[in-house]
Amino acid sequence: MLRIKTAKTRRGKRELERRAPQLVESGKKTLLLHGTKTSAVLNSVLTQIYHLKKGSAVKYSKKNDNINPFESGGETPLEFFSRKTDCSIFVYGSHSKKRPNNLIIGRMYDHHIYDLVEVGVENFKPLESFTYDKKLAPKEGSKPFICFIGEGFEAVEELKHLKEVLIDLLHGEVVENINLAGVDRAYVISAVSPNRVFFTHCALRLKKSGSVVPRMELVEVGPSMDMVVRRHRPPNEGLRKEAMKTSLQKPKKKEKNVKGDPLQGKIGNIYIPDQKIGEMSLPNKSKGVKRERREAKQNRSDRASKRTKEDS
Amino acid sequence: MEVENQEPMQLEVDLGHLMATDLHHVFPSDPTPSREDLISQCLQKGTELVQAIAGSLFTLPSTEDVDGPLVKLPPPLAKLPRQKPLPKPKPPTKWEEFAKKKGIQKRKKDKIAYDEQTGTWKRTYGYDRANDEDAVPIIEAKPNDDPEEDPFAKRKENKKKRVEKQEKNRLQNLKQAAKFGALPSHVQLAATALPITGTQTAPKKVTKDELGNIAGTVATSTASGGKFDKKLAGEKPAQHKGKYRKFLPVVEGRGIGSQEKEQTEKILNKIMSKHSHDILNVDKAVTMHTVKKEKNRRFEKAKASATDSKLKTQKKSFKKGSSKKGKAKGK
Repeated sequence: MLRIKTAKTRRGKRELERRAPQLVESGKKTLLLHGTKTSAVLNSVLTQIYHLKKGSAVKYSKKNDNINPFESGGETPLEFFSRKTDCSIFVYGSHSKKRPNNLIIGRMYDHHIYDLVEVGVENFKPLESFTYDKKLAPKEGSKPFICFIGEGFEAVEELKHLKEVLIDLLHGEVVENINLAGVDRAYVISAVSPNRVFFTHCALRLKKSGSVVPRMELVEVGPSMDMVVRRHRPPNEGLRKEAMKTSLQKPKKKEKNVKGDPLQGKIGNIYIPDQKIGEMSLPNKSKGVKRERREAKQNRSDRASKRTKEDS
Repeated sequence: MEVENQEPMQLEVDLGHLMATDLHHVFPSDPTPSREDLISQCLQKGTELVQAIAGSLFTLPSTEDVDGPLVKLPPPLAKLPRQKPLPKPKPPTKWEEFAKKKGIQKRKKDKIAYDEQTGTWKRTYGYDRANDEDAVPIIEAKPNDDPEEDPFAKRKENKKKRVEKQEKNRLQNLKQAAKFGALPSHVQLAATALPITGTQTAPKKVTKDELGNIAGTVATSTASGGKFDKKLAGEKPAQHKGKYRKFLPVVEGRGIGSQEKEQTEKILNKIMSKHSHDILNVDKAVTMHTVKKEKNRRFEKAKASATDSKLKTQKKSFKKGSSKKGKAKGK
């Protein structure tokens, strides 16, 4: 015997539809959490990554002692959290003597672990330690420029993987149109050695130049750190093939307010907002007033001259 | 423009992600540069890359908007893995298949329809709808109609049957879709009963706590009381760990009294109390009986010594719990 279970509220139904698999996917939500032992540096790193990704990140503050992403049994809590919060990237921080300031960045496919990268954080400089003109501060949620420097990103397997994961983490939402006035941040990631990556976040200052293209200037604003690549687990081939599949279909876009018949032709609805005519202010009122006054004066003088004419 | 490195600058610009990669830059490692040098080099290269991205970005055809110029980005070059599998297409429902076979087109109903009975325009469905068959006050009888049958009740029943049939068909369609993995996102199919033949009652749903208790009880059947049992990933540790066995201390302290004596006394009392009665206090009943006997003997002695036995009124005892009870139950 089967029973049909549907969402009891309209809002619940909308949430379920949002979480359902879609043809074209938008940005991934990030889950930030930490294990039993964290250092001050690591706490700071997690909170600042959360600030960078405000709006599309969830940060857990409790300690989680049963998470070991690299072991076969220790990933179930992560998968459970991912299912509950609908997050497909997670950043897990832990600190131990063997692996100090450890950060594991992982991705999920269908709420199961897809791949993992483990980095150690060194020389971390928080947001507060940078001084800059506050007007340049990047806005929340703006789409960033991402720059990768160094041959390591092509040569070394771990760095190639790290590059892909960092793009996924930082690139924000997938958009078709972008407002040119809203570009204000850039991430600069350079591979200084085969296992060390320098990461920094800068604000963009656009300066006037001769042509349409403005001259760009980078001002370091955000957190900066050195990432030392430790371990990594690439996805297995079958899973990777499945996850990279794209569909040729385009998502159906419903054209609103238009209906058409072969008989009547195409008919559209236009909605005009309510015009409060009584409350509108007339433009160029002073000019009209001047003209009225001029004409009134003229009429008065005409009438006066007419009367004098009649009188005389 | 100064050319610092001998190789020409080769950048890969991915406008879809607003990304640029410079794969040919080598950080000089002969005189190991200081941190500030490295940082400044990174920022310098970063500026060049950002300039390159901006160069291609700002030269895209732009449309004017309220907030600023809008450009349409090309699709990204770097492919990223999906987070959820591709949605599967829904299999057509039974009606859809039938309609396709017969060539029936979907027709859109208007929101308002003309009601012949009242001669007004009413809504098509919902409260007070047009041409509602169930809302007629009089149903005319046909010659071959059964006089004892209630036509209104019959109509209600027919409607109920139709609704049930529709629900059944809907369930079948959803089951078919679930088989193909294409269940609509806001619908889940939940099993209400297991397909067991014989018993009609649905098995009781066991809660998480009950399962834990059962697991704990089962664990105590092992020799070490479930202490070393392998646990599944995510299973909570047992609440009742190990065995319960209390041993008396080897050397007793002074002043408390013998604990061993207390232990054996407790056990003996439990055994002996099987043959005793909780309601009756045996000693008290015995003393009451003897006291009563003494009284009666004294009374009879007094009676015997008295002159006339007939004149004396017979005293009856109205007391509760008199000697009868003691005699009956005492052993």
